[in-house]
Amino acid sequence: MKHIISVLVENEAGVLSRVSGLFSARGFNIESLSVAPVGDKQSSRITLVTGGDGPIIEQILKQLNKLIPVIQVVNLSDGPHVGRELMLIKVTTDRGANDKSAREEIMQIVSIFRAQVVDATPTSLIIEVTGDNDKLHACLAMLEPYGIADVVRTGQVALARGNRK
Amino acid sequence: MQLTGAEIVVKCLLEQGVRTVFGYPGGAALYIYDEIHKAGDKLSHILSRHEQGALHAADGYARATGAVGVALVTSGPGATNAVTGLATAYMDSIPLVCISAQVPVPLIGNDAFQEVDTVGITRSCTKHNYLVRDVRDLARVLREAFYIAKSGRPGPVLVDIPKDVSNTKTEYTPANGEVNIRSYRPTMKGHPRQVRRAVEMLQAAQRPLLYTGGGVILANAWEELRWLTLALDLPITHTLMGLGAFPANDRHFLGMLGMHGTYEANLAVSNCDLLVAVGARFDDRVTGKISAFAPHAKIIHIDVDPTSISKNVRVDLPIVGDVRLVLEQINAVIREEQTEQKQIDRQAWWQMIEEWRKKECLRYNQGPEIIESQYVIESLCSLTDGQAIIATDVGQHQMWAAQFYGFQQARNWLTSGGLGTMGYGLPAAMGAQVAFPERQVVVITGDGSIQMNIQELGTCLQYQLPVKIIILNNGFLGMVRQWQELFYERRYAQTDIAVAPDFVKLAEAYGALGLKCNRPEDVLPTLRQGLAHPGTVLMDFQVQRESNVYPMVPAGGALQDMILGELL
Repeated sequence: MKHIISVLVENEAGVLSRVSGLFSARGFNIESLSVAPVGDKQSSRITLVTGGDGPIIEQILKQLNKLIPVIQVVNLSDGPHVGRELMLIKVTTDRGANDKSAREEIMQIVSIFRAQVVDATPTSLIIEVTGDNDKLHACLAMLEPYGIADVVRTGQVALARGNRK
Repeated sequence: MQLTGAEIVVKCLLEQGVRTVFGYPGGAALYIYDEIHKAGDKLSHILSRHEQGALHAADGYARATGAVGVALVTSGPGATNAVTGLATAYMDSIPLVCISAQVPVPLIGNDAFQEVDTVGITRSCTKHNYLVRDVRDLARVLREAFYIAKSGRPGPVLVDIPKDVSNTKTEYTPANGEVNIRSYRPTMKGHPRQVRRAVEMLQAAQRPLLYTGGGVILANAWEELRWLTLALDLPITHTLMGLGAFPANDRHFLGMLGMHGTYEANLAVSNCDLLVAVGARFDDRVTGKISAFAPHAKIIHIDVDPTSISKNVRVDLPIVGDVRLVLEQINAVIREEQTEQKQIDRQAWWQMIEEWRKKECLRYNQGPEIIESQYVIESLCSLTDGQAIIATDVGQHQMWAAQFYGFQQARNWLTSGGLGTMGYGLPAAMGAQVAFPERQVVVITGDGSIQMNIQELGTCLQYQLPVKIIILNNGFLGMVRQWQELFYERRYAQTDIAVAPDFVKLAEAYGALGLKCNRPEDVLPTLRQGLAHPGTVLMDFQVQRESNVYPMVPAGGALQDMILGELL
């Protein structure tokens, strides 16, 4: 099962390598990881998605807590939470006579997924789409037939719902 | 007060109560060394002959005293040579602060002369590490380093100081108050409800067993442990790291458990109905086959490190906290409840244990011709009343020392348990001898291990450290040879090291006393002469070439499936 783990750390040099080094040294898996400073810039929030059975997740949480610059570790998957990921997709539209209809179809898909076109050239479009994992996969699958030149994803970020920390 | 980084280093060391530093100088460390020189008698420095020796010496000092050991090395190769020492201390949770010099800040990342990414290299073998880029952070970082090294589950902390930082001035304020790190707050007291539950489980158990490790020593908890053991009349076994917590000659003590544990200790684990693990971490050398480990037992686990709990073995009652405080809490409940009067009669359990003990699983036969290693260690134990500080290297001699030296006290046993570092013994003994100049400090080593840091004889002589070295010389890398004999059809691949220096002459070349012993009847006289000599002594005992450490649980086997010795 996938677990979304939120790790609040001191915003200092080397802290990300301490976290990622812990995962590689102990053979834990990182599916995605995102990190940025939060609040007063004194701390950073790392959101990582990992997999494993109960005892492995328990070890991951404890080992993260053991790192000196780690302030707080929360397994968001323990309760209700909202998770989001941003994806940019570059679609090729260089198809000669069919190009115009292809562009129209792509625009329809973009609107269904509440995505946006954020760049256009005569031969390509860049589409920005935000959502949970399922939505991104579905959107990507719909765009696949038009020819995807490149995809980039941020990895998931998440917050617990309501008053839960 | 405006001070340079190097001056701040010395100030902070003195402020932490440090009186001895083990180290080796170099270009990037020059400013710091200059200040140590100026500090004169206030701060003594022991010059090792290799940085690994300096780290192990600081480690031996820490194990013997309980204080934080301090090492100082230069950048690049100085730091990389320190890595084995850091990893050794990390695996055994030994409080060390290692200061490494670094190339000047503007050169970092430029592949400068003697530059390595020390913080990157040591990240996974330290409890924490720092690169101090700004001299204004230096005092705070050093104070944090000491606090982190000794609190919670102890461990080595490295502070990397670039050369220009050590030569830059800043305002220095003496330490005021406790170190406060918002992201680091070790749990000290055990949860009171868990503590009560533990006492209830102890009271109800028919076949309880205490299994204790290095955590008892690190937390200075042996008095509390002894009280608990005697108050509830419990059988007790130690891990390799736990030896000395309970006196070896007391009937409650079953000896060491695990791969080379005693028959009675391992069978007690396999048959107990309550296993109380105290400051031990269910290492693979202790448990053997996990699924067959303590199969009938409920398990209580007391440890300061939450990650140790339920890592290898699922426990029924975890208690996170400082081992000494938790044992104090348990003992208080026992006193209050008068548990010793309420608990179940355990005569049957003790009878089982006494039956296993009758097997005398450590028996060996000292014949008239060839010296047996076990005999040398037993003789040493009787000549020193089990009161010497014993340092070892790694291999057969280490296991025999654990089995045959009956420790009476804690902090007398210096051995690399987790990492298994050959070359640890001699420098660790130096560290202990520096801390306790008047005490008998003995290295038990092999002809393989001693050659890994034999250059430290020079350090012993320079500082007149009267360390006694006992080489159990069998011309083999004995433990590996034992595995080859038992599991690789006696194909002795690269384990015959019969070509060795004349150790007696080598000792003499350094200016130490060298003694050689070939005959069983000379063992006691040689030991007496060596132990009585006021200076450094190396005793070379020519022992049985192919003898094995028994009992032995083959790797991955169940504890009760021990291979017993030829005599049994």
